[in-house]
Amino acid sequence: MQEDQDTTIKGRREFLAKGIAAGALSLMATSCMSHDKMHHKTGEKVKLLSPEGEIVEVDSGDLQPIPDEMYAISENIREGVPNRKFVMVIDLARCKNLRKCHDACEKIHFLPPDKNWLKVLKMQNSEDSAPYWQPTNCFHCDRPPCVKVCPVNATYKRTDGIVFIDTERCIGCRFCMVACPYGARSFNWEDPEIPEDMYKQHHHSMESIIPRKGTVSKCDFCPDMARNGELPHCVSACPNGTYYFGDENEDAVSNGSETVRLSELLRDRGGYRYMEDLGLEPRVYYLPPVNRLFPFKDDEFSKNYKTR
Amino acid sequence: MIQRNKIQYSPEIEVDLQALGKDLLPRRFGTLGKIWVAVLVLSSLLSLILYIGQLRKGLIITDLRDFTPWGIYISNFVFFVAISLVGSLISAILKLSGAGWRTPMTRISEIIAVSAIIFAAIAIVLDMGRPDRFHHLLIYARIQSPITWDVIVITTYLIISILLLYIPMIPDLAYMRDRYHDIPKWQHKLYRILAINWNNTAEQKDKLSHAIAVLSVTIIPVAFGIHTVTSWLFATTLRPGWDSTNFGPYFVSGAFMVGASGVICGMAIFRKFLKMDHYFTDKHFERMGILLMVLSFVYLYFNVNEYFIPAYKLKGIESQHLQELFVGQYAPMFWSVQFFGMIVPIVVLLFKKGRKPVPMFIISVLVIVGAWFKRFLIVVPTLNHPYIPIQRVPESWQHYIPTFQELYITLGTVTGALLLITIFVRLFPVVPIVETAEELEEKKKTANE
Repeated sequence: MQEDQDTTIKGRREFLAKGIAAGALSLMATSCMSHDKMHHKTGEKVKLLSPEGEIVEVDSGDLQPIPDEMYAISENIREGVPNRKFVMVIDLARCKNLRKCHDACEKIHFLPPDKNWLKVLKMQNSEDSAPYWQPTNCFHCDRPPCVKVCPVNATYKRTDGIVFIDTERCIGCRFCMVACPYGARSFNWEDPEIPEDMYKQHHHSMESIIPRKGTVSKCDFCPDMARNGELPHCVSACPNGTYYFGDENEDAVSNGSETVRLSELLRDRGGYRYMEDLGLEPRVYYLPPVNRLFPFKDDEFSKNYKTR
Repeated sequence: MIQRNKIQYSPEIEVDLQALGKDLLPRRFGTLGKIWVAVLVLSSLLSLILYIGQLRKGLIITDLRDFTPWGIYISNFVFFVAISLVGSLISAILKLSGAGWRTPMTRISEIIAVSAIIFAAIAIVLDMGRPDRFHHLLIYARIQSPITWDVIVITTYLIISILLLYIPMIPDLAYMRDRYHDIPKWQHKLYRILAINWNNTAEQKDKLSHAIAVLSVTIIPVAFGIHTVTSWLFATTLRPGWDSTNFGPYFVSGAFMVGASGVICGMAIFRKFLKMDHYFTDKHFERMGILLMVLSFVYLYFNVNEYFIPAYKLKGIESQHLQELFVGQYAPMFWSVQFFGMIVPIVVLLFKKGRKPVPMFIISVLVIVGAWFKRFLIVVPTLNHPYIPIQRVPESWQHYIPTFQELYITLGTVTGALLLITIFVRLFPVVPIVETAEELEEKKKTANE
């Protein structure tokens, strides 16, 4: 009896899991081409959480990856995530030029080595002051000069603060690149050769700037992550917690290990914005490189390309 | 088809027309002319092939990279826009100021203007990363962008320039329709269609002169607009060397200078090869020489404003930019351009001997070549000084040396423009025939009185 009940439960669970998978499939409407695969048993069992909150075990052959179309946001991509104002704070005292952020960015966005959406720059304010490392990405300015000059509205400002690029509309005039005084943008001088199926992957969903030949691309603040309440890849890649990312409306930013009040952080640590006097109102703040965690070491710097 | 009678001109004018027609009607090219056309066609075709290569591989075939996103395609565009301003200078400004001596130059200047503006438009397409999306400029047009202003003003200027070339030519077209024989049928048909039933009636003449007067006034603000907007492509940014309120008049004055040189060049070449000494006399060169000298002085004045005042202050990043121009890697080019393209012309043109055809031709070539490099010096060095340091990029990204393909594609716009001018000269009279004849009679009458 006990045994019977177990099989019944198991059978019911299997049915349920299949139902979820089938439901997911039917949601993506007509594409039933992989239907046959669903019944191909592998014998390998996978534990899953059912919608009722129960742990279920299903054959891995029954699993279907949720296609990206499912993920594609229903809201207009040009609008941005409602009620959010994304903001970043970079603590210069914590950066030792490990460049994990850069590598994560490069990997996740399939950037060739010479395309830097994120740069770690050696800065020195004056001859007698100490040099320090400054991670620099797109500042997502509130008064973006790049957006101002775009002739076709291919680059635009979203309500959540992100400056985005529609690379299917961009005509490649590069006016935005000369208008950006921070050099945040980079051009795809040749075909970026991103594998076709990569475009369909999670992080290359519609809500990510997809590099295309003859168009401009740049740091996009990883809105696909931000929409789900997750941190951009550069933030989570930094082992020293240099980056804080969050929402100005919530007044909270997080570097992955601690979540702090944005206003307190900026007030107590002397937060500032790069070249404030240009009046572009960047959404990236810096905390000055005081009481540093690491001494400045230059040797790793000239690893990739010759420095100036 | 309605049978139409040939236009009857007054007997005096008829005599003049016959004499002028002998000199001025377009003729078949000789050997030299044929070689010239062949060279232009072949060279333009090679440029086109290289451009197809650029379409396939992308702008990677140029030496443009992220820190110099604009290069000679853009500076060449600015150059062509500049040279196109000549049309308005000669047809409009000189006309309105009552300079009667300008008549033989009007058509040359309008041909140069129309060709230059067409190739300015082509030059900007060469620079586009996605020329296949050109229509986006219209369907997604954003009026806030200076590029949209440029699209509007270039189109307007092109249309007015074509009208200013075509409308004053209608009497000549009618003359050729009626009196020009021994030409292929298609050429005759071309004249007939373009002459739009011109009968030289008083009413038609009245309408014609009215239309020309309206166009001459209209083109002046548009001409200022076209080059001012082009300067704003740079002046609306925060870059050192571009962030200047002086840029509009600085560009316009430079454009008039290079435009005047373009006409002088054309005059000298036609005088030599089409044997037009009677029409482009020493007196014309003398007057154009004085005009060019004045324009050069105006340009000198704006250069002083543009370089001396920032150099006096040496503000932050601006000083790096100026040092690069004055003593750095661009210094040889900068001083050559300023000396040969501005100082030498002013000095030579101060003397009466310098305002003779041969020295003027040399001076004009200097000004034009200098102007091309000056546009390069305006566009490129600025881009080497972004507000964040250039670090950890490939060595080659730190300087910009145009590649062979890039240079040859750019050359294609020059050969293309010259080819267009050449085709025009082959089909239409470069000096207005009927207008000149009428002016001759006018002069005789006043002399008799």
